[in-house]
Amino acid sequence: MQEASAQPAHVHAPPEGFIRKHVFSLDHKVIGKQYYALGLLAVCMGMALSWLMRFHLVWPTTRIPGLELLSKAGAPGGIITPEYYLSLLTMHGTLMVFFVLTNAPFAAFGNYFLPIQIGAEDMAFPRFNMMSFWTTFVAFLVLVLAFVIPDGPPISGWTSYAPLSAVGQDAGPGMGWGMNLWGISIAIFCIGSLLGALNFIATTLDLRAKGMTLMRMPICTWAWFITSCIALLAFAVLLPACILLILDRTAGTSFFIPSGLVVSDRLQPHSGGSPLLWQHLFWFFGHPEVYIAILPSMGIVSHILINSMRKPLLSARVIIYSMMSIGFLSWMVWGHHMFVSGMNPFSSLLFSFPTLTITIPATIMTMIWLGSLYGANIRITSASLFALGFISMFVSGGVSGFFLAQPSIDIVLHATYFVVGHFHMVMGVASIFGVFAGTYFWYGKMTGRMMNEKLGQLHFWLTFIGTYCIFMPFHYLGLVGNIRRYSAFVNDFTGPLMPLHKFITIAALCTGAAQFIFIFNLIYSHFKGKPASENPWEGTTLEWSIPSPPPWNNFGDKHPIIYHDPYQYGVKGSKGDYIMQDSPEPSAS
Amino acid sequence: MSSATYPSVRVAASAKVRSAHAEASRSGIWVGICTITMSFMAFISALYVRQGSSTDWTHIVLPRILYFNTLALLVSSVALELSRRALAPVHGSELDRGAVRRGLGCLTATLALGLFFVAGQYEAWRQLAAQGLYLATNANSSFYYVLTAMHGLHLLAGIGALLLVISRLVVAGNRFRRSTFEATAIYWHFMGVLWLYLLLVLRTKL
Repeated sequence: MQEASAQPAHVHAPPEGFIRKHVFSLDHKVIGKQYYALGLLAVCMGMALSWLMRFHLVWPTTRIPGLELLSKAGAPGGIITPEYYLSLLTMHGTLMVFFVLTNAPFAAFGNYFLPIQIGAEDMAFPRFNMMSFWTTFVAFLVLVLAFVIPDGPPISGWTSYAPLSAVGQDAGPGMGWGMNLWGISIAIFCIGSLLGALNFIATTLDLRAKGMTLMRMPICTWAWFITSCIALLAFAVLLPACILLILDRTAGTSFFIPSGLVVSDRLQPHSGGSPLLWQHLFWFFGHPEVYIAILPSMGIVSHILINSMRKPLLSARVIIYSMMSIGFLSWMVWGHHMFVSGMNPFSSLLFSFPTLTITIPATIMTMIWLGSLYGANIRITSASLFALGFISMFVSGGVSGFFLAQPSIDIVLHATYFVVGHFHMVMGVASIFGVFAGTYFWYGKMTGRMMNEKLGQLHFWLTFIGTYCIFMPFHYLGLVGNIRRYSAFVNDFTGPLMPLHKFITIAALCTGAAQFIFIFNLIYSHFKGKPASENPWEGTTLEWSIPSPPPWNNFGDKHPIIYHDPYQYGVKGSKGDYIMQDSPEPSAS
Repeated sequence: MSSATYPSVRVAASAKVRSAHAEASRSGIWVGICTITMSFMAFISALYVRQGSSTDWTHIVLPRILYFNTLALLVSSVALELSRRALAPVHGSELDRGAVRRGLGCLTATLALGLFFVAGQYEAWRQLAAQGLYLATNANSSFYYVLTAMHGLHLLAGIGALLLVISRLVVAGNRFRRSTFEATAIYWHFMGVLWLYLLLVLRTKL
C-alpha cells in the first residue's frame, strides 16, 4: 500500500546532465556505486601489492619485469629492496583497511541501500554525502601520489608507529614526503568518513518511512547504523592523532618524539614526547575500525542468509543486540594491540578481559546463524555461498583471537605470521566475503541485470579454498616463530619453512587470478546479464518493492507505509512464502 | 483513495517530508557535536598523557585578552538567543518586517562578537609569540596553539553558517530556513560551551 502525493517535497531536484548524474551526483545510489568503484580500484591495487610481496618472499633474486618503472630506487633491476618491501606492505595495509574494508561494505552498500531500506528518498544531507565521497577520493589520490614522488611510499606499516613515523627523512626512504602524504591522506579520509557517518545516523533517525520503527529495520540497516556510530567516534580520534603527527613532522613540535632520540646517527631536535601516545590514539581508533570493517558484512550476511533460508533467524533482535555490544566493547580493548609496547603489565590484564568478553556476543551471533540453518531448505546461490563462507572465515579467523587476547600468549606470537593470519581471515577475508555476497545479491537491483550464477559459484569455490590455503598456513608459520614484516628469510632456521611459503605464494597468485572471474562477471553481466525483475530473490524488504534499477527518487512520488517486521518468510502470502514489509496483508503471527 | 480527499493528503505528505528534514538537520547538528566533542577529548587526553610522560612540562601564563574574548563569545550567544526569539514566528514567506529587523540586528551583533573573538584569539597568539612562545617552543605552547586553532577553525565554520543565515534573511528573504537557523544556533552555543571547557583546561593544565 502506498500513499500518493501529487507534489512531493523532494530533497533535491532530478539530476540533469552527465556531471550531475554521474560525477558530482547528489543521488545516494550513484554515490554508493562510486564508493564501490573506488573500493574495487583500491582492492586491485592492494592485491597487486600483495602479489609482489609474496613473489619476492619466495623468489627474492628473481627479476620482476617492469617493476623498476614503479620505483628505480626501490626495485633496482626489478628486484625489491628490503625497504621497498616495507613500502609495499604499508601501502597494501593502508589501501586495504581504509579504502577497501571501510569503503566497500559500509560506505558503498550502506549509501546505496540504507535510504531505500528505511523508505527514504535520499540521505538526509545529499550535499554532505557527495562531499564525503569526493573527500575520500582526494584522500585516495594523495595516498597513491606517494608511489610517484621521488621519496616513494612510507615504510612505516599501516599503523605508522611513532617515533620513527614522526622524525622525517632520517627514518629511511619514504619517511620524508611519502610519510607526509600518508598523514595528510588519512586526515582527509577521516573528514570524509565523519561526514558519511553523520549522514547515515541522521538519515536513520529521522527519515524512516511511516511504520518503520527501529526494530522493523532490516539487520543490515542496523549494522550500518551501528557502524556509523562507531565510525563517528573512531575517526574523530584518528583525525587529531594525524594532525599531531603532521605537526611533529613539519612544525617541529614534540608530541610523539622523546628526548635524546638518535635516528640514523643524528640526534633528533625534539624533547619529551611520548611514542606510546601515538599507539594509544591510533589503536583507540584502530580497534573500533576492525568492527567498522566487519559489522556491515555481518549485517549483509544475516540479510542474505534469511532470504536464502526462507525463514527468520532464531532471533534477529539478539543479532542486533550482539552487534551493539560488540560496538560498545570495541572501545575498551585497544590496549590488546599494545601488549608488547612496554605498557604496564597490569593494564595488559585489564585490556585482556574485555577482549575475551567480545567473544561472547560474537559466539552468540555465530550460534544464531548456525542454529537457524538447522532444518532450513537453503537456496544455494553465489550470494548465499559467500554468506556461508563468511561464517566459516569469521569462525576460523576468530578462534585465533582467543589466543591473542591473552597477553602471555600474544607476547610470543605478536611479531609473527600468526597475527597476520588471524586478522587477514577474521577482518580482511570475512569482510570481503560479505562484500562479495552483497554484490551477487544486490547487483540486479543496482544495475538492472543479474550476475552470472555459474561464474559466481566457480568464483566462490576458488576463493574459498584459495583463501584457506593462503591464511591457514600463516598460523602454523607463526607458531613456529616465523617473524612478520621481513622481506627475506635466509637463515637456517627459516630455510625449512620455504616450501610452505612457496605454497602460500602459489595459492595467493591463483586465488588472486580467480578474482578476475569476478571482475569479468561484473563487466559482462552489466551488458549481457539476464534482466533483473523487481524482486528476483523474493525478498521482503523495501529495496525489492521498487524497480531494478530504482528511479532517481527511489519510490517515485509515493511514500511507502510499513506494516511488518522485515523478515516475514515461511508464511503464506499472496505472492508465495513471504510477505513484503509494505504489504498490508496480515501475517500469520 | 477518492479524489475528494486528495488535496489534503498532498499537503500533509509534503509537510511531513519537510518536517522530517528539519528533524534531520537538528539530529545532524547534535551528531556533529558528538564527533567534535570526541575529537577534542582526544586532544585533551593527548595533553594529559603527554604531561604525565614527560619531564619538560612547564607553565605558561595565559594572555589576559582571553577573558575578554570569553566574555564576547558568551554575549554573542545571548544575542543569538534574542535573535532566535525575535525570529520565532518567521517561517518561509510569512515574513514580518519588524521581527526580521530585530532578528537581523541581534544576528549581526552575534556575528560581530564572533569576529571579535576570532581577532582576539589571534591577538593572544601574537602576545604569546612576543614572549617567544611559538608552536614548537615547548609542549605547553604546542597544546595551546593546537587547541585554540582547532576551536578557532570550528568557530569559523559557525561564522560561515551565521553569514548564510543572514544572507538568506537579507538578500533572499523567502529562502530563510528555520531548520538551518536552529542548527546554527545550537552549534554556536556549543562553541561557547566548548570554549569555556578549553579555557578551564588551558588555565589549569598549561
